[in-house]
This record gives sequence, C-alpha cells and structure tokens, in this order.
Amino acid sequence: MLKILKYSFFDLMRSRWSYVYFAFYLLLGIVLLFLNNDLSKAIITLMNVIIMLVPLIGTIFGVMYYYNSKEFTELLLAQPLKRSSIFLGQYLGVAISLSMSLILGLGIPFIVYGLFKSNAIWDFSLLLITGTFLTLIFTALAFNIALTNENKIKGFGYAILLWLFLAIIYDGLFLMSLILFEDYPLDKLSLIGTMLNPIDLSRTLILLKLDISALLGYTGAVFKKFFGTNFGLIISFIMLTVWVVLPVLRIIFKSKKKDF
Amino acid sequence: MKNVLLFFTAVLMAYSTYAQNIEVCSTCAISTLKKGISVAKDYDTILVKKGTYKEHNILVDKPLTIIGESYPVIDGELKGEVITIIADNVTVDGLFIINVGTSYTEDYAAIRVRKSKNFIIQNVVLEKLFFGIYLEKSRDGKVFHNKIIGDAVEEYNSGNGIQLWYSKNIVIEHNFVQHVRDGIYLEFSDDCLIKNNVSAENLRYGLHFMFSNDDIYEDNTFEKNGAGVAVMFSKKIKMLNNTFKENWGTASYGMLLKEINDAEIIGNTFEENTIGINIEGSNRIVYKNNNFINNGWAIKVRGACYTNSFIENNFLYNSFDISYNSKVNDNVFNKNYWTNYTGYDLDKDGIGDVPYRPVKLFSYIVNRTPETIILLRSLFIDIIDFSEKVSPIFTPNNLLDNNPLTKRITW
Repeated sequence: MLKILKYSFFDLMRSRWSYVYFAFYLLLGIVLLFLNNDLSKAIITLMNVIIMLVPLIGTIFGVMYYYNSKEFTELLLAQPLKRSSIFLGQYLGVAISLSMSLILGLGIPFIVYGLFKSNAIWDFSLLLITGTFLTLIFTALAFNIALTNENKIKGFGYAILLWLFLAIIYDGLFLMSLILFEDYPLDKLSLIGTMLNPIDLSRTLILLKLDISALLGYTGAVFKKFFGTNFGLIISFIMLTVWVVLPVLRIIFKSKKKDF
Repeated sequence: MKNVLLFFTAVLMAYSTYAQNIEVCSTCAISTLKKGISVAKDYDTILVKKGTYKEHNILVDKPLTIIGESYPVIDGELKGEVITIIADNVTVDGLFIINVGTSYTEDYAAIRVRKSKNFIIQNVVLEKLFFGIYLEKSRDGKVFHNKIIGDAVEEYNSGNGIQLWYSKNIVIEHNFVQHVRDGIYLEFSDDCLIKNNVSAENLRYGLHFMFSNDDIYEDNTFEKNGAGVAVMFSKKIKMLNNTFKENWGTASYGMLLKEINDAEIIGNTFEENTIGINIEGSNRIVYKNNNFINNGWAIKVRGACYTNSFIENNFLYNSFDISYNSKVNDNVFNKNYWTNYTGYDLDKDGIGDVPYRPVKLFSYIVNRTPETIILLRSLFIDIIDFSEKVSPIFTPNNLLDNNPLTKRITW
C-alpha cells in the first residue's frame, strides 16, 4: 500500500493541478493578510473559503484522479496485490497531496506574517485541521462515487451534486425544518442535524472559537453543555473521524466486490 | 460670607481645642469600638489598632472619624449589622469588616449610613457580607477606594455591594466589588457620580439603576457579571468611557436599558458580551464613539425605542451588528464603522458610497427560532442575507447607515 501511496503522491506532486491549488492558497493567504492587515479578520474570511472550497476541490479532484488513473489501476489489479491496498493507497495519495497544498499554501504566508507571535495561532491551527479533515472526507466520498459509477459524466454529476447538497441545500432544508417545528424543543435535533453534515460540523467547530458569545445567547441546557464546555469540541472531532472512517470502509468493501 | 467665615473659625476652634484622639486596642483601657464611641466627644478621632474586635450593632451617633491602623478586623459574628452611622460628618477609614449577618426580613449591612450628610467611607475591606455599604436617605457623601468581596451563590439570599436608597449627591470612586448580587445598586438616587470602579463576577448586575436620574458613571469596568449594567426607569444618565466585558449567558448583557430617556452613552467599550446593549422602551439616547468588539449581538433593539441616534461607533467582528424585532424604525444610524460592510469608496472621502444595512435577515430568523443560531456563517444563510439586503422584506426598510465609514474611527 505504501508503495502505491508513494507513487500516487509523487504522481500528483508532479501534476499541474497540485501546483495550481497550492498557488491559489498561497495567493489567497498573501492577499488576505497584506490587504487586510488583521489576522483574526483574515481567519474569518479563510474559514468561509475553506468550508466551501475544500470540499469542492476534494470531490472533483478525487473523482478526476480515479477516472484518469483507471487504466493504471486495472494494470495494478492484474498484479498479486491486495485490492484494498491499491485503492487505499490511491485515496491516501490524493488526500495527502491535497492537504499538503492546503497546509503549505495557507501556512507559509501566515507564518511569514508573524502567526507565531499572535494569539490567533489556535484559531488558525483549528482551521487547518478542519480543512485537512474535510479533504479526507470529501476525497473518500469522491472515491465512493467513482467506484460506484462506471460512467464518467454521471460520476462527475453526482460529485458536484453531493457538494451542492452538503454545502448549500442541506442548510436550507435544515433551516426550513427548524422553522417548521419551532413549537417543539429543537436543541437536540439541531445538534444532530449538524453532526450529519461534515461541512456543518466543521463550521460549528470554528464557530465555537469565533462566535462563542453569540452561541451562548440561546437558552437550552443541551446547547449550553455542547458549546459551553470542551464537550462540543471533542464530540465534533469524534464525528469528523467517523465521517472519514465510514467512507473509507466503504471504499475497501466496494473495491473487493467490484468487477473490472 | 461672614457667616461662612465664622463657621469655619468655629470648626477650626473646635478641632484645635476639643478634638482628641481616642485609641482602641485589645489591651487598652478602651477595648471595644463601641466603648470608644460612647466616651468620644463630637469631632474626635478614634484610632482602632490592629486586632480582632467581635462586635456588631455599632451605632455611630456623633460626628467622629474612625480610623483603622493596618486593617483591624471587626467581626460581626453573623449576628446582624456591623456599623450604623446616623450622625453627619462621619469618616470611616481602613477597617476590615467580616461576617455580616444574613436575614430575609432585614437588610443587614457592613456599614449603613442613615439620614446623614458629609460622610466619607474609604479604604474599607468587606468580606463575608450580606449587604456591603448601604446608604439610606443620605447625601453629600463619598465612598472611596473600598474593596468588597462577597461569596454570593443565590440571588434571593445575597445582598448588594454598595447600595444607595433615596440618596443624593454621592461620589462612588475607586471601589472594587466582587461576588455579590448587584455590585453597585442605586434606587431613587439622583446626582451621583460613579467613577473608576471595578465590578466583576457578580450574580446579577455589575451596576444597577432604578428610578435614579441625572447620574454619571464613567471609567468603570464591568466584567463577567450576570449582566454588566442594568439601567432602568431613569432619566438623563451619562455613561462615559466604561468597559463591559465577557458578560456571557442566555440573559446576559453588557448593558441593559429599560425605560431610559435622554441618556448619553459615549466612549464605552463592549467586548465579548452575548449582547452588547439590550434596549427596550428607551428614547432620545445618543450613542457615540463606542466600540463594539466581538459581541454576539452588538445591539439588540426590543421595541418602543424612538429617536435614538447611533453616531460614529465602531462595530468590529460582531456575530450580529443590530437586531430588530419590528419593522418600524425611528432611530438614526450615521457615520459608523462596520467591519461587515462590503461596499466601496470610489471618491476616497472615507465614506462608503453604498449605504449599509446593519440588520440581517438571519438575525430576524434567530429572533423567531433561536435554535437556528447553529446555522450562523453558513453559505445558505449568506445567500438569503444577500437577497434580503438587495430587497428588504422582513427587516425595516429605512434602517440604513447612509454614510458608513471605511476606516475604523479613532478618537
């Protein structure tokens, strides 16, 4: 598996898209910092970007990589290799190279700007951790989609639809259901609703740091326990891990059964 | 003029000829403060030496100066009130009073001033108290540089740090009040000056006004209280250069204004409160040069608020800048700096060319269904906020800052 991981990783490292992605974050970081002159404001803006863009790039890139390297995969499958290690290796190769572009691309300008001397360092590292988690989750989801759909166009369509659903439509439905059932106690429902969507989950995680004073304005014991203590942070991280593990398990399961 | 001169000479004479020092210590002839007061003549000075005095219900009924040397402890043994002042011109300085009795029928205080004038209470330390300093129908006094540390747990069985009731023209300065019900409480008290105090971690309010007019409070710090300052049913109050910090919770405000008219709120800083200012039924108030930083809601307007003006304030990184629960607006917003402003300034005069709408649709939704707060900063919310910004339906149409500034204001 490690060999395949290494191969995928270096293959991607040489590819143009990794550089474009890396350069994009680098530019974003530099522009934000040097035009804004304010670390905490830059972090809020970055949060919005990361929560939307990282899943999008993750899904598209994952699907694209799978379809592009399909012939090579089939060649590998003819060798005496475990199927799970082939696909996991490819998956990790993509996910790690994407995460690296993100961490380096954003990290370099922030470090140059003087991150270590400011107290925004925790907010920033939280941002990078969630970004990495989102990359892992959405690349895994993309591999799932690609494994299930032989048709390239269909695969891409589903991938974009998945992103659109989780990033925007889900929140709309969520909001509507909250307003519709406003006569009932909703604090548990709203927290569960957040857990079921990795994008919402990472958003809440960052809210915990940035908007804690507003979140505590709501009367509700469950909310208070969730947001007022470290409980929320821990649960969120556990859920994010679950969100990584489940799709990866499905990749293994699916790849074992699939006909090529 | 002649009378005044005569009076002063009389006072001077009195001091030089009659005033004497009485020493109180555990080994002296006069071993209790009570005895000291009973043998003292008017305008005497009682010097309380270091030691512990187990006394309560000490009645100061003549003009005296009571000075503690290196903080003698007056222990009330939880039996009731400790010092009650009923004479004019009394000074209490440098005592350490502990164990004030708790009662559900009477407000026992560490130091009570009743119907007196020209008193000074300074450098006093109060601990384990019910009520701290209680001024009742008194006037022209000064409460200066005291430290009050309570251990209040529940609102119903705890008292206030400094309480004023029907008192006039009092100066409360440089006090430090902690862990009581209300840090400083004014009821029916006019023309008072509250300055440079620190009121923190109190159960209810840092500072509480009820039916008190023409008061000024400035340069105070209110931190981590149930709510910072509650100003209710009062007129013409000036609130200047105070700091309100970290008042977190479901009913926590930096400042709560209820039925307040003609006040001035200038130069204050509201930082990291759940709600910076909560306004209800308050009219003709000027908000100028305030900083609202990192609050959940910078300003929450509950209704019946007319002709208020918000001029030249900084609204920095608040989750919500302004929240309104009605569609009617009669308040003016002008020349504020909003970090959430996204307009442009083509003519470079420092004023944005597009008006700013401080009320978002989402704040309206959160008012209706509080649980939706969990969707804060979601892309979907940004989209509906944007559409509301383009054509307001739910939020007041004329609630605009027509001249939003593009740079943070410094003053």
